Amino acid sequence: MATMKFMCDAERCIECNGCVTACKNANEVPWGIQRRRVVTIDDGEPTEVSISVACMHCDDAPCIAVCPTETLYQRDDGIVLHDKDLCIGCGYCLYACPFGAPQFPKLNAFGERGKMDKCTFCAGGPAETKEEEYEKYGANRIAEGKLPLCAEMCSTKALLAGDAQEVADIFRQRVVQRGHEDGAWSGNQRRERSRRQGASVDNLAYDATRQG
Amino acid sequence: MHTLTEFPRQLLRLSIMLLFTLALASVALAEEESGARGEGWTPQGEMATSVGPVTADTWRQVRDGQDFIDTRADSTYNLINQSGEYWRQFRDRWISPGGLIAIGGVLAIIVVFYLIVGKKTLDSPRTGRTMLRWTAVERAMHWTLASLFIILALTGLNLLYGKFVFRPLFGDGFWAPMISGTKLLHNYLGPLFGIMLILVLAKWLSINIPKKHDLTWFKQGGGIIGNAHPDAGFANAGEKGWYWLLATVGLLVVASGLVLDFPNFNQGRDTMQWANMVHAIGSLGLVAVALGHIYIGTLGTEGAFEAMKTGYVDETWAKQHHNLWYEEVKQQADTAPEDVPGDKGVEDGTAKAHRPN
Repeated sequence: MATMKFMCDAERCIECNGCVTACKNANEVPWGIQRRRVVTIDDGEPTEVSISVACMHCDDAPCIAVCPTETLYQRDDGIVLHDKDLCIGCGYCLYACPFGAPQFPKLNAFGERGKMDKCTFCAGGPAETKEEEYEKYGANRIAEGKLPLCAEMCSTKALLAGDAQEVADIFRQRVVQRGHEDGAWSGNQRRERSRRQGASVDNLAYDATRQG
Repeated sequence: MHTLTEFPRQLLRLSIMLLFTLALASVALAEEESGARGEGWTPQGEMATSVGPVTADTWRQVRDGQDFIDTRADSTYNLINQSGEYWRQFRDRWISPGGLIAIGGVLAIIVVFYLIVGKKTLDSPRTGRTMLRWTAVERAMHWTLASLFIILALTGLNLLYGKFVFRPLFGDGFWAPMISGTKLLHNYLGPLFGIMLILVLAKWLSINIPKKHDLTWFKQGGGIIGNAHPDAGFANAGEKGWYWLLATVGLLVVASGLVLDFPNFNQGRDTMQWANMVHAIGSLGLVAVALGHIYIGTLGTEGAFEAMKTGYVDETWAKQHHNLWYEEVKQQADTAPEDVPGDKGVEDGTAKAHRPN
């Protein structure tokens, strides 16, 4: 069984927000709800980095652990879905979520938040009919054999979605081609190395835009 | 001779092949150097369009939540909400089991205590003469607060533990309306409980001022075990303890509850995590202590329940459990004969005369 994962290659994300728009379009989410967001660190500085983030469909999902109603559950393929008929809008999933994925349509007194909404990996949710499913949760592209629209429409292919193994393979290939010594997440010493090796920084710049 | 004449020709052929290979290789190398990069390629041009490298500092910054922008409307959420996992672990690993242990432990103690010691009966027979202990207003306030407390306790417990019991037992069709009703009751009655609690605390402040004899009462454990009857005024030290617990922990639970109940003031996730932990620990503790209060007020003590039901207690009961109060009321009755204890016609307003501490 595949384990579905998102992965955003921070060195490719150009903060175009195409994923955000694609998501809203695919799932027809209500006003004020944005299942995917792009976070930019050091905006406008040379060290600027952007990452597109939504529900990351955690293996050990904190939202599932703290939900008082068992609204949230995990499918066998790792996708974390929510049952809107059970949600009471307590907000616990939002307190626990590392990525700020769960959102609520309202924020009124007496904890009136309405039903929680979050990214479904374009896998819909529990409903009697297809129409009801679309109305409540948006598209079920997974059932049609398609991947989430955000990743499919990413212009730089920064955002990857699919089986964790395949996503990892693609990313690993990129890392190798970029000439890293020790992988993308391990705090590589690229700047240090390029200072030492001088011209190799040119090759890195080339790799980042043209290959992989 | 054949080989001799052939040799120079072979040498020639070999050198031509070698030259040809070298030429090909250099063409291929040249292709690699410039061909794939296209015309007009410069390192500077590539640098300008490439995305900056992600370094360890970047991820450190993500952890700290410094200097970020979020494209989501009105969002103040950092990329990673670190405290969420701490909150989750603390809630699920400590508060949930801790609450069960506290409440179950108190229940077990009460059962064991009841089986071994049993009901505390009156030492001497009832006199038939009664004394006013709680006015109608006070009883109404007590029972309003008590009803709200019980509803909030049951709904609160359902929010924490219900999913382990009722969903597997009755299925979604029952569980969904049950838990949403639970949340509605809890969220809307909570503030009402807060108002009632403040009113009750204000009303009973004067009878709950700690006195010297309360220390002795605590030292003797309230005379629960054995047949000692330490001095007690209108309220004994145990009742005062319950009062001050409600005045501190109770108000803390109300305050943290309000933080959770009114997210419309845009308090952050971290604030609500703290409020939730304070609320859960405080209220589970209060529920555990309340079980003791309920036991002593009903099954545990003969004549205690009728005080809060009718407002009147028998003189024997007053003498046994609140001797100082009994003495004072009796003295007052001696000096003012028209205000006889047990006078059913006494009005609420004069009840104050019955409770010098």
